[in-house]
Amino acid sequence: MRCFRPDSPKGTSKSRKGIMAVSVSIPTPLRALTGQKDTVEVEAKDVHAMLASLEKSFPGIHDRLVDEKGEVRRFVNIYVGGEDIRFLQNQQTPLKAGDEVSIVPAIAGG
Amino acid sequence: MAGKFFSKLKCRECGRTYPAQAIHVCEFDFGPLEADYDYTAIGSVLNRKLIESRPDSMWRYRELLPLEAEPTVGKQVGFTPLVKADRLAKALGVKACYVKNDTVNHPTLSFKDRVVAVALSRARELGFKVVACASTGNLANSVAANAASAGLESWVLIPADLEQNKVLNSIVYGTNVVGIEGAYDAVNRLCSEIAGKYGWGFVNVNLRPYYAEGSKTFGYEIMEQLGWRIPRHTVVCMASGSLLTKIHKAYGEFTKLGLTSKSAFSIHGAQATGCNPITAARKSGTDLIRPVPHPKTIAKSLAIGTPADGYYAVKSMATTGGWSEDATDEEIIEGIQLLAETEGIFAETAGGVTVACAKKLVQTGKIPKDEEVVLCITGHGLKTVEALVGHLDSPSKIKPSLKDFDALLSSGLAKRHVQV
Repeated sequence: MRCFRPDSPKGTSKSRKGIMAVSVSIPTPLRALTGQKDTVEVEAKDVHAMLASLEKSFPGIHDRLVDEKGEVRRFVNIYVGGEDIRFLQNQQTPLKAGDEVSIVPAIAGG
Repeated sequence: MAGKFFSKLKCRECGRTYPAQAIHVCEFDFGPLEADYDYTAIGSVLNRKLIESRPDSMWRYRELLPLEAEPTVGKQVGFTPLVKADRLAKALGVKACYVKNDTVNHPTLSFKDRVVAVALSRARELGFKVVACASTGNLANSVAANAASAGLESWVLIPADLEQNKVLNSIVYGTNVVGIEGAYDAVNRLCSEIAGKYGWGFVNVNLRPYYAEGSKTFGYEIMEQLGWRIPRHTVVCMASGSLLTKIHKAYGEFTKLGLTSKSAFSIHGAQATGCNPITAARKSGTDLIRPVPHPKTIAKSLAIGTPADGYYAVKSMATTGGWSEDATDEEIIEGIQLLAETEGIFAETAGGVTVACAKKLVQTGKIPKDEEVVLCITGHGLKTVEALVGHLDSPSKIKPSLKDFDALLSSGLAKRHVQV
């Protein structure tokens, strides 16, 4: 998988406003919304802000990930550093520079 | 009756509908797709008399299964015995107990023949030439056997450390068996990728909406065999949790169609302690399933750490007042032995889980002693004999002499007058 990681995380992932840039990996079914990019960079202090920021750059993506009550959809998993946010602080899970966020649809099988 | 009762798939989450193709996930919200029926049309033709007039197979309930035409694979599957298990009831300390005995399902001795019969019949309708599955063993056996009889090329992908008999029971049918170095969840993930790349019909991936519906026949048969009524308590073992949710659906459908009258029922789930993500969620009152990354149990057929239907299984248990238990390896073996010694039924490790958990449910009062329970026994013990090695007595060995036999009888070692 290609990754648009900054060459030097410490040097380049901090924007001019001091908000942190994180990389978000996008699953295949949602890449039509990101111009086929498999990883995108957004600036966000937590997952909630990351979702809003994604919507700004890629209109329509928010509704695919979040339901009408504002909850992350049941069959969408968002991982921060490899852990499901449902077992962290959900959308309040803080993000820091260089964090890797993965959006992964749940696999149905078995 | 082509397409008269079933014509589309529907997302369980958002209700969006899709054509009845080999797809299993909603494009919008990734929810699972499920077969959608016209119950008014079904209700206008299906009744008890018609069902009773049909051959003894799962296809008695044909209108409630997602095919366009008549089934072409697994025509003899199902209608296994519902055994009134009085000795087991006494041992468990409950008023009445029944064993739905899919250890003798045709042709591969597990309930998976039901789901495969539907999946492969549908695979043929959709034009697949190659069928495949991700499996913890029983499904692999069934896909291999049913594909062989249907003349379809088949591939089964399994964790590399499965029981020897389960592996042999796939290879014998001439299927392609691939052992994957990893747990079931890794196998499943790989299968999704293969399905996408090669366009094969994976019974529990892209054919899952059809496959899963086959499990409903387990529930239909329980109700018909009980005399057209829903049992007060049902205990079901859980891997992905799919069987439990489909038995729940079956009970609801028969009530909706007036084939059974409305009555209170509870569905309880059973897992192994070494892989209990659904039970853990039920017990802590949440519907969030925390995956078990490294399942460790002798009940390998239930060792799914990321259960696809876990959320819906918890919901089914909660809405019916059902509870959930889990069983240790020791308790699983005791459960296998108890069922064998009281009812003469040899179940695989998953059956030991069901019996052991039923015992706990009675002991804790979740199943009141003056009520009845149906135990769902899903696979045959000969498939998992390794689990029993070292746990059973060795046979007595004597010379061919009557004197030696007399000595054996008076030694007190013989098991006579077995009481429960």
